[in-house]
Amino acid sequence: MAGPLQIELVAADRVVWSGEASEIIARTSEGDLGVLAGHAPLLSLLVPGVVMIKPIEGPIVQAAVGDGFLSVADDHVSILSEDTWLLEEIDEAEVRHELAQAEAADDDDARHRAEVKLRLLGKAA
Amino acid sequence: MAVSLREYRAKIKSTQSMKKITRAMELIAASRIIKAQQQAAAAAPYARELTRAVSAVATFSDVDHPLTTEKENPTRAAVLVISSDRGLAGAYSASVLKEAERLAEKLRGEGKSVDYYLAGRKAETYFKFRQRDFVESWTGFSDKPTYDDARTIGNTLVAAFQADESDESDEDAVDPRLAVDELHIVFTRFRSMLTQEPSTIRLLPLEVVEGTEPPAEGDLLPLYEFEPSTNEVLDALLPKYVHSRIYYCLLQAAASELAARQKAMKSATDNAEDLIQKYTRIANQARQAGITQEISEIVGGANALADAAGSE
Repeated sequence: MAGPLQIELVAADRVVWSGEASEIIARTSEGDLGVLAGHAPLLSLLVPGVVMIKPIEGPIVQAAVGDGFLSVADDHVSILSEDTWLLEEIDEAEVRHELAQAEAADDDDARHRAEVKLRLLGKAA
Repeated sequence: MAVSLREYRAKIKSTQSMKKITRAMELIAASRIIKAQQQAAAAAPYARELTRAVSAVATFSDVDHPLTTEKENPTRAAVLVISSDRGLAGAYSASVLKEAERLAEKLRGEGKSVDYYLAGRKAETYFKFRQRDFVESWTGFSDKPTYDDARTIGNTLVAAFQADESDESDEDAVDPRLAVDELHIVFTRFRSMLTQEPSTIRLLPLEVVEGTEPPAEGDLLPLYEFEPSTNEVLDALLPKYVHSRIYYCLLQAAASELAARQKAMKSATDNAEDLIQKYTRIANQARQAGITQEISEIVGGANALADAAGSE
């Protein structure tokens, strides 16, 4: 049963990343959660934050996610969030611009999204 | 004769330029359909996983969530009509509006009053022209909806659904006038490039099974643990599920609109070709008639001169 985890990182309008991994760490409403192969079935809520995936091959994948949820069943892990970005898709200058715009427009959702992206950049830097 | 010849040439010219426009619109619609279909395919995994999760929660808990509970005496229903922003798509908007009217009729027959929520400029103008009330409308994205559009619409509708009478005393609450007991969506389902049919789904109260295949043998839903609790998971999941359903409807409608537009523009182009052919024939006839007349005038004139010269 302890095979590799099958990961699907899904945004509302696309599959952001999918593949096999040995471990995944995500931030849920109850705190950071690490999932290894053989984890019990679980449905948990994600809070905006950073998800780290350790794939079987290749470097660690990092992604910023918004509100969403995580489901684990039979070594299949799905991370669903309406807003999901991989680290390499994020451009710092652009995010700062978005953040400024969101603050000007007093748009909480947009500001939140931009902050999550920045947090990911800060963690990676 | 010469005047009508010129008229026909002008008609041919204008028909030709119309043909160019309709041909261009046909090609644009054709290329956008592919994009719309890809978008729909890309949205499928999210919808699938979400549906799976929602049915898991619904199966393993007997929680009564406001979004899934039937009201005992539904008195007010919201209808979201998804139409297009622009015309020139044949009967696309007309048929979706007709379907909406039919649904509204049925709901009124059941004793519910109907609140309209409109997506697409065509629906908006239809209501404004008839001076009928609608609660809210969204425009500007009918042929390329984004998830944000679906989220905006979804939030409004979920808020309207969750606003109940007890909120009336609360100043900050959603206008109680907006509180609805049911939510229906009228949109156009994309069957194929040739058939798109207007259809209706009831979104709220949720029937989670709608649109999902029953899980296959051996694909039984595992016994999930829910963190932090079933209720909270459900609270977070259901609005997302609503958004995802609305997004699905918007994408279907967009693909249908483009397909309808392509079909309409193709027949317009064909018609223009027919017209050009007809006008060209008439114009040629008129030209020949003109020449014949000129010749007979010249011959007649020459004969008259010859006669006059012979009689002297």
